[in-house]
Amino acid sequence: MMKGVASSASQGQSPKARGEKTTKTLGMKVVEGSYAVAHAVKCCRPDVISAYPITPQTHIVEHLSQMVANGEMDSEFLTVDSEFSALSVLVGSSACGGRCYSSTTSQGLALMYEVLYNVSGMRLPIVMNVANRALGAPLNIWNDQQDSIGARDVGWLQIYVEDVQEAVDATLQAYKIAEDPEIMTPTMVCMDGFILTHVYEPVKLLDQELASEFLPPFAPRSILDTADPKTFGAFADPSTYTEFRYLQFEAQNKALAKIERTAREFEETFGRFYGGLVDSYRADDAEIVIVTLGSVIGTIKDAIDSMRAEGKKVGLVKVRCYRPFPVAALREALKKASIIAVLEKDVSIGGEAGLLADMKAAFYNSSIHPPIIGFTAGLGGRDITINDIEKLVKKAEAAMKGIESEFEFLSLRTEIL
Amino acid sequence: MEKSLLAPGHRACAGCAMPTTIKLVLDAAGPNTIVVSPTGCLEVTTTPFPESAWCVPWIHSLFENAAAVASGVEVMLKRRCKDANVIVIGGDGSTLDIGMGSNSGMFERGHKVLYVCYDNEAYMNTGVQRSGSTPFCANTTTTPSGKISLGNPRPKKDMPAIAVAHRVPYVATASVAYPVDLRRKVKKALQVSGPSYIQVNAPCITGWTFDAGTMVEIARLAVETGLWPLVEWENGVVGQVKKVTRPKPVDEYLKLQGRYRHLFKMPDGGEMLKQIQAIADANIAKYRLVD
Repeated sequence: MMKGVASSASQGQSPKARGEKTTKTLGMKVVEGSYAVAHAVKCCRPDVISAYPITPQTHIVEHLSQMVANGEMDSEFLTVDSEFSALSVLVGSSACGGRCYSSTTSQGLALMYEVLYNVSGMRLPIVMNVANRALGAPLNIWNDQQDSIGARDVGWLQIYVEDVQEAVDATLQAYKIAEDPEIMTPTMVCMDGFILTHVYEPVKLLDQELASEFLPPFAPRSILDTADPKTFGAFADPSTYTEFRYLQFEAQNKALAKIERTAREFEETFGRFYGGLVDSYRADDAEIVIVTLGSVIGTIKDAIDSMRAEGKKVGLVKVRCYRPFPVAALREALKKASIIAVLEKDVSIGGEAGLLADMKAAFYNSSIHPPIIGFTAGLGGRDITINDIEKLVKKAEAAMKGIESEFEFLSLRTEIL
Repeated sequence: MEKSLLAPGHRACAGCAMPTTIKLVLDAAGPNTIVVSPTGCLEVTTTPFPESAWCVPWIHSLFENAAAVASGVEVMLKRRCKDANVIVIGGDGSTLDIGMGSNSGMFERGHKVLYVCYDNEAYMNTGVQRSGSTPFCANTTTTPSGKISLGNPRPKKDMPAIAVAHRVPYVATASVAYPVDLRRKVKKALQVSGPSYIQVNAPCITGWTFDAGTMVEIARLAVETGLWPLVEWENGVVGQVKKVTRPKPVDEYLKLQGRYRHLFKMPDGGEMLKQIQAIADANIAKYRLVD
């Protein structure tokens, strides 16, 4: 049923993990997604947390504030004047050798934009949960993924999660990946706003002792220290700037293996696995494979199950790691697909959409290049239903005979245009 | 003389007040200091990779976030029980304009950070554009004098008053022409348990256009005319003030600088000179500069 992709034979939610979710409920608690993530952050033992409130990220930082106020976690929590300052504070703390955390979304991520580049350029391994949300105008507080997809080029690693448990587990993994001396690259753990931040579901919270064992203390090679004065953030002229960017590029390439390895190490310690770079569901013999990211995967799996019952060969490939973009893993996972249908909650106005463009690029020079069509849906919090997925599959079936539209807005309400 | 903590060989202009100001600040603060700088002349003239003129730990992130970065540094030092001075050194554009939000946050959170603004009264690094700190009638590349313009139409933003309004416990103005006074103020600021703010008048040879040998004289004249009063505010109250025995007319200060040349040539210039004199007179009265 579930078949592995990428480097190993049996990936996906391993039977062990699935068993835990369905039968082995011992040790699980029904908690809000934001609480579960805040608890995971606590287990990462950050030195400094700096954040600015913005819906739907607020509950995460409120929970963290309370944990600090209760003395349950030993971290400095800074309330600041903006998201811009929130991340800027962490530049200073991280350069002093502190493990740093923030969380934001949407407009807040946009306001951080300049600092995002700066953090990655200075190789500060800050971790941030992005509670994915739409950007205005028009103002909209609900979920889509325009915010972080739009920030794909800022030099951060990006991991997209499917459910709350994965958000918890990916947050711990993120620090281990980001702080690797070979990587030293900040990381966003992207979770759908409201859908995952505000949902209550059974979650296995992290065990502090195991988490501490899994994630060693942060020990960067260079810090701001009066005993050993160093200059941070010098300017680079045309004779060296390119090489700074190249080193970042190389670090992201190295992160591909590190992300896989970290997911496996996590499985060894905690018994849960979500795929390293990508995951798949009923994709091994599928003709039509849907490629997507985030929480919509649950709906798609249900839709696939019912379509499979009708004899349609439909499968799913989940992009867990979006930056670095896992070209080799995707080519492997999709090598038998007759057509690829990309579904995403973002749009590149004037172009197509982020994931679709990356997918087309990944396959253009490949020995196999199945047709790739794309759909944007779920913008500004509109539900993506099983009906929508079935509609998408029908369009993909039709496209197998000839592509009429390479990219479209799925379930567009033409009556209000 | 002890070795300066800002090494020679930086690329600032001859006659620039900025490196002299930095050397005085570092001399007073000593080597147990971490400096945070925003983008600006200071950053580009002292840190062209792989070179650096800094003999203390130094970090630059962006134009408008130095105070936030310094907050993060201070918090981590405290957490690790390390005792070091945290000093922001930035120009007026980053301090009074684009970094105001970040400064306000650092001030109100009460971080133990000394913020030193070297005030050269315009965006000098990008080519002398007007900032919120540009004085009335100064010619800049974005407030040029012309047939219907007498230069910058607005007076300087009063940043020390803004710092005082944040209940910053120690606020002072200083001048590169008064090194003993500047060093004393830096030492005093570093004794304060919370934030402190010092704004230093720092003439820019390129933007103000003067003869390189007259930099200190010009800075001194700013004080002696009453246009740059040397004042301390301790816990919101005016403390020590540098007295000016016989204030000089503002013309003596203005005529040495190319940025005010138009005032001495244009028909309406005389009226503007009177208005600038009125600004100096108001300072003299407000801070009781004359006994």
